[in-house]
Amino acid sequence: MTGRAAPTLAPSQNWFARLLRVREVSLVALLLIVTLGTAAINPLFLSFGSLKDLFLNVAIIALVVVGETIILLMKHVDLSVSSVVGLSAFLSGSLFVAFPGLPLPLAFVFGLLLGAVLGSVNGLLVAYGKVPALVATLGTLYVFRGVTYAVVHGGQINASNLPPAFLGFATGSVLGIPNLVLLVLVVMLGFGIYLGNYRGGREYYALGSNAEAAVLAGINVKRRTMIGFALSGAIAGLAGVLYLARFGTVDATAGTGLELQVIAAAVVGGVSINGGVGTLFGAGVGALLLGVMGSALVTLRAPGFYQQAIQGALLLAAISFDMLASRSAARRAAKGRQS
Amino acid sequence: MKRRGLLGWELSVIVLVFVALFGGALLSPDFLTASNLSFLTANFSEVALMSLTMTLIILVAEIDLSVASILGLCSAVLGALFAAGWPMPLAILAAFGVGGLAGLFNGLLVTRLGLPSLAVTIGTLALYRGLAYVVLGDKAIADFPAFYTNLGFGSIPGTQIPIPMALFAVLAVITAIVLHGTAFGRSLYAIGANEIAARFAGLQVTRVKLSLFVLSGLMSALAGTVYTFRFASARADNASGFELSVIAAVLLGGVSIFGGKGSVVGTVAAVFLIGIINGALTIVDVSNEILTIVTGLLLIFSVLLPNLLARVRSARERRARGRAVS
Repeated sequence: MTGRAAPTLAPSQNWFARLLRVREVSLVALLLIVTLGTAAINPLFLSFGSLKDLFLNVAIIALVVVGETIILLMKHVDLSVSSVVGLSAFLSGSLFVAFPGLPLPLAFVFGLLLGAVLGSVNGLLVAYGKVPALVATLGTLYVFRGVTYAVVHGGQINASNLPPAFLGFATGSVLGIPNLVLLVLVVMLGFGIYLGNYRGGREYYALGSNAEAAVLAGINVKRRTMIGFALSGAIAGLAGVLYLARFGTVDATAGTGLELQVIAAAVVGGVSINGGVGTLFGAGVGALLLGVMGSALVTLRAPGFYQQAIQGALLLAAISFDMLASRSAARRAAKGRQS
Repeated sequence: MKRRGLLGWELSVIVLVFVALFGGALLSPDFLTASNLSFLTANFSEVALMSLTMTLIILVAEIDLSVASILGLCSAVLGALFAAGWPMPLAILAAFGVGGLAGLFNGLLVTRLGLPSLAVTIGTLALYRGLAYVVLGDKAIADFPAFYTNLGFGSIPGTQIPIPMALFAVLAVITAIVLHGTAFGRSLYAIGANEIAARFAGLQVTRVKLSLFVLSGLMSALAGTVYTFRFASARADNASGFELSVIAAVLLGGVSIFGGKGSVVGTVAAVFLIGIINGALTIVDVSNEILTIVTGLLLIFSVLLPNLLARVRSARERRARGRAVS
């Protein structure tokens, strides 16, 4: 049995690697088609200003996607990220209102820490309370949003309350690339290397592929799950601070509904909802693709109402494609074993 | 042993319902009046209706996050067709057709393609809500005939029982009979407990799941019709976010998210518990944010508490066994 399995492992793995490559290649191709097609109809789509807007819009979603990808790799899901973004955006804004002289890095540290604490609540519930991630994070989605409403109490943070240096960070740029986008790229690159090459990063894949095998391989599943959720929370917390910097005006509804966009971006980018499969590069391209489609619709003067429907249809197409691809891969592997 | 534990959970939810009623009465003398209770129960009729089919779906270890979006889509279709001059009965029929089709689409993706229902219905949650906007934009259709809006917020003549709640009562009894008293109903437990074993036992798992998703779509259409008439307004964003309340109610009622365990009694008790707590907190002017927090905490603790209890119990048993050996 094992003797026969060994030779088939290599070609199937090979096929799988090819599939992954094809998936990301086809995503980039789709991205190019949509971009160039829209630009052909309206050349302004590729203007510097409109591209900058596009990247700024995608940046915050792409950042949250990093954390969500880690969670999805473990075969969990984090629905509470949108509420973490909202709470972090409002509380860091309140911090600036209370201490106008606050150094900027402290605001980012605050967002990271707050998010890590909120994410750890999810982690505790999932890893130690044995609450399914869907239920736990659905619950904390409510609770964190409720806390935000209670803290905000009908008020809002306005750009005029924020230090100019902080707002300047969002609008500033290095060599024409907005600071926000640069920061998000750095985070993505860092986590991409961590997930791809480091023991801790590989453990997320192991856990999501086969939790029992992961235990047998000596992985501390509870600790890994805990760290994953804390990371996802921390990243969402950082995204909240960036949200505040980008929009300036924040009320209690900030970030509502973001969780679905984030999950859609990750899944469209090839991160499997069944755990263990996917890369940050793919997830980032997925976020970009959704963003490009959104702004293409605006450029082409399609009513904004279509956007949500198209996003949903795209998500369904992506998961259906994944399933069909892995099925034909399995069929091919089975055929290879027979011959 | 396990069975007693389950009944215990449902019983404790029922006890909590009475505690909540008592607490509400202490908070305000107006709480236990017929008119307040009537208003309060009418207020959660859509969630109550959809929680019945959600119970069945979660029992077979699936989930339907798109229910509130189907509600919104059906409401939009109903309003748009009525505004286009369709006779009301036909417009309602069309809304049910759309709801059934939406459920069928979910079911086909889950059963034929073998996709996880969580992913599918996150997608259709966006898709159906988006379609609702495509149908109606940000318009609101009002001016429905009084006969129909009376069905929405009226009471059964001579009583204070809201008509939607009477509808819920009838459907709850039917669901309970089907679930607990028919072969179809029992097969849901078998599928939820062990799908592979259920297949080998000759159960038509695919067909059963498909029919449940269609039922869920139809129930959402019904809830959409009730919602539209109760507020006399068809809008694309009707009832957004309700899916979370529905799932919270079902899980609080003791239905296991892993399938195979739960009952209609538990769900109905939990629906009333959430509704009454919300009503009691509203009457003493506790703001909406506290209600949101309470719903979230109820959802978490409804799963966390049984888990912790089970762990304590197994630890105690292990200790007892250890003593018996030594």
